[in-house]
Amino acid sequence: MRQYLLTVCYPAGGSPPPADVLNNIRNDVMALQKEMQSAGVWLFSGGLQGAGSATVLRHKNGEIVLTDGPFIESKEQIGGITIVRAPDLDAALLWARKLSRATTTPIEVRPFMEQPS
Amino acid sequence: MSVLTRFLGDISFAEEAVQEAFAIALAKWPDTGTPPSPVGWLIATARNKALDRLRKEASRSERHHAAQLLNDAERAEEHDVHDDHLRLIFTCCHPALAPDAQVALTLRLIGGLGTEEIAHAFLLQPTTLAQRLSRAKAKIRDANIPYRVPDAADLPARLGGVLAVVYLIFNEGYSTSSGDEVLRTELCDEAIRLGRLLAALMPQESEILGLLGLMLLTDARRGARVVRGDLVLLPEQDRTLWDECKLEEGRALMQICLARNRPGPYQLQAAINAVHSDAPSGARTDWRQILVLYNQLMAIAPSAVVALNRAVAVAEVHGVEHALQLVEAIELPKYHLYHAVRADLLRRIGRTADAATAYRLALDNCENKRERDFLRRQCQSLKSH
Repeated sequence: MRQYLLTVCYPAGGSPPPADVLNNIRNDVMALQKEMQSAGVWLFSGGLQGAGSATVLRHKNGEIVLTDGPFIESKEQIGGITIVRAPDLDAALLWARKLSRATTTPIEVRPFMEQPS
Repeated sequence: MSVLTRFLGDISFAEEAVQEAFAIALAKWPDTGTPPSPVGWLIATARNKALDRLRKEASRSERHHAAQLLNDAERAEEHDVHDDHLRLIFTCCHPALAPDAQVALTLRLIGGLGTEEIAHAFLLQPTTLAQRLSRAKAKIRDANIPYRVPDAADLPARLGGVLAVVYLIFNEGYSTSSGDEVLRTELCDEAIRLGRLLAALMPQESEILGLLGLMLLTDARRGARVVRGDLVLLPEQDRTLWDECKLEEGRALMQICLARNRPGPYQLQAAINAVHSDAPSGARTDWRQILVLYNQLMAIAPSAVVALNRAVAVAEVHGVEHALQLVEAIELPKYHLYHAVRADLLRRIGRTADAATAYRLALDNCENKRERDFLRRQCQSLKSH
């Protein structure tokens, strides 16, 4: 069993969809989360506040420096994350496909490093 | 390779063990003779080599786990090898890998081509190719791409991916270039060999037969394609130089596909080539039949390139003006053959100046030396009219 991070990618230059569309998306995503939980694959998920709410912390010359804004300056943003348990990439991709349909966005699928036991 | 990968669960590890076994075979067999079951011997030897390495390198828990798997390897049967070949092919062509990586892995692990050979054939530095291969293997390991034949639901799409890789390899070999002619021929041969392997492993899949037929019928014309260093197009080719054996094999495959009546894009493209190959001369080509086939192809797998090729058939059946209208509606500004087709149509209705401009556009978009020479000659011949 491996753990995979499914990242919701908001494409560049998009404006948020209208309220009723957003509502449908929210319902679809919640329904999928229940499905993942029933299947025993769900580990964690959550939607993220916008990139404007982010803060980056760095070490600089022995001091901590805080910067306003996300780590990667780009028009694309991370909208949320889901962590699932899956035996292999194909199984993780099946869940990612469902998540992509629910969120109507691209989903990045990335494996976690294996934890030493 | 495929059996060892299944048991070791790691392609790189399996590859090294297999290479060691092959090296021993190459050194020993000329003297001792080939053993009664060469595949069995290779699997057993590779397994032992892998066990040796595990004893030296792995931690205790890893050793226990792997030794268990390797004991299972003792019971590898012939039919397992067949399934393992399929597993390896589908893994090499997994859509999560970049297309370049799929091609490189397939040629390396299933084709057994050396990295130098592959690099040379694709005009890459060997180090670039080696990096590509090792990144792909790392991705298979790190993302845990499973070593299995896809489920029935996923099989059509995944098989399409495999066939695309094989066809890419064939086209790479078939396109004339200023590169090494011998290696390019090797790529075509390798693609055909892969096609035959797939046909043997999955005989019910008509699209595999279609692709194999397409490659054989195309490859059959290879001998007539370049004469004294110059490219010769299909209508002008000396058909006595065509390989009758390959044509026969291609035609036989088309008969099987026709009988099954489950057409698909590769089968249709093969059928088009079969009609060309059946014509005793360019002038006696059954263009109506070809147009019917292109109409079917446009219905199931439309694309700008298919539309362009269809327009060539339309010119023969419904006239050049009609075909030109179709061509002008197609958008392929960077495709040299688009401009070449347009130029030829313009030439045929006497619009010489426009034809010359189109040939120049074709040259602007063409990097292949032989094709450039051909286009230049076509352009020159305009002036003598």
